[in-house]
Amino acid sequence: MNALAVMFRREMRLAMRQSADSLMVIAFFVIAVVLFPFGVGPEPNMLARIGPGVIWVAALLAAMLSMERMFLGDYEDGSLELLVLSPVALELAVMIKVLVHWLTTGLPLICAAPLLFVMMNVPTEIWPVLLLTLLLGTPVLSLIGSVGAALILGARRGGVLLSLLVLPLVIPVLIFAVGAGDAVLYGDGAKANLMLLGGVFLGALALTPWATAQAIREAVA
Amino acid sequence: MFGVGLPCPRTGFPSLNPSDTLLYRFRVIFGDLMAVFSGHDIECIRGDRLVLKNTGFSLSSGHALLLKGANGAGKSTLLRLMAGLMRPVSGRITWDGTDIADDPADHNQRLVYIGHADAVKPALSVLENVSFWADLSGPGGMPVADALQAFGIAHLADLPARYLSAGQRRRVNLTRMLTSGAALWLLDEPTTALDADTAAALSTLIGAHLKTGGMAVISTHSDLGLTSAETLLLGASNSAAA
Repeated sequence: MNALAVMFRREMRLAMRQSADSLMVIAFFVIAVVLFPFGVGPEPNMLARIGPGVIWVAALLAAMLSMERMFLGDYEDGSLELLVLSPVALELAVMIKVLVHWLTTGLPLICAAPLLFVMMNVPTEIWPVLLLTLLLGTPVLSLIGSVGAALILGARRGGVLLSLLVLPLVIPVLIFAVGAGDAVLYGDGAKANLMLLGGVFLGALALTPWATAQAIREAVA
Repeated sequence: MFGVGLPCPRTGFPSLNPSDTLLYRFRVIFGDLMAVFSGHDIECIRGDRLVLKNTGFSLSSGHALLLKGANGAGKSTLLRLMAGLMRPVSGRITWDGTDIADDPADHNQRLVYIGHADAVKPALSVLENVSFWADLSGPGGMPVADALQAFGIAHLADLPARYLSAGQRRRVNLTRMLTSGAALWLLDEPTTALDADTAAALSTLIGAHLKTGGMAVISTHSDLGLTSAETLLLGASNSAAA
């Protein structure tokens, strides 16, 4: 347990010292969403209609930007093979990495989202449920992203490959998250969508650390 | 220089804590330190090329094995096999008769591996870098301050690692073998980028480690002055015992 705390502290410290990475992800998120009113026109009802979907897609792409770096730095400087050889179970080490990735990208994305809700004229009655979908969905992005980030180690043009690997896998998250917002607007209640989203999160939490750890072992072999 | 205590036999450094010595004797008496690390008929393929074939070695507590051979002869590959980072295509690597692949976690506890990459984070200070690996491997090794002293980088402790030279980064990496307290040292060309004085200090540290029942496998092109070490020449089918 102590070793995990040590790892968490180090990862957080590294993330804090390189906080520009996080800021860039947020900046990308905001700019990507801001482009839409210019592209489709500033008609308020139209923006309200597409707002939740646009914000979610932008969050997805923004999270994708930082995923490549999740293990790449450690892989390049040799830390990753030492982590494989450390007494800490690699699956737990992976979960620490994912947690820190979420804290430094997913959480800031959630914090920036209300600003974009205003910008996209998203009806206030679905704000809470959209924030909830982000809270349940962004950890899934980090978890599934970790598998992709481990698989691309050693590959050329890893970032593009990562998007091709991960984006199809997170389509369910997008569907249930945007569906939850729509369900509230149409008076159906978001419970079903949120429970499915929660199920996706728990499934990813249970499965992806093993896959990621195995991919890392292959990468350093 | 330290008035108190006997030299710590694990590390050869004067210890302020005489119980280090007691702990060591305790471990010898109960057989913890007497171990045999060996490999038989190892074959390994890297990128469609048979790098190692019919390779074997045997190493017991208190001994060192030097891996020699031309570039590409498989020295690093053998060290990575010994560390358990890779698995041989055929053959076995055992610790006291148990295949290391059967319990990787156990094997990880007793080894420290120093590869080509220095695993130094530029954004962290020297002390933070060294402390992280020391804390991660748990108690049992040399205190971080002593390890920094041993490699002459104590004065750099608070410097961000991005300002270090190649040799200084290597020294930071080498501190891990002292702070881990592991019995088996796997060193892949440890003297790369080191100056002559530090290389000599490294030899002394390895010698002290062996005296206290440790083991070391070292791939090297330079002479480390380890007179009692056996040599395994790679590149031809070969085996050695130490």
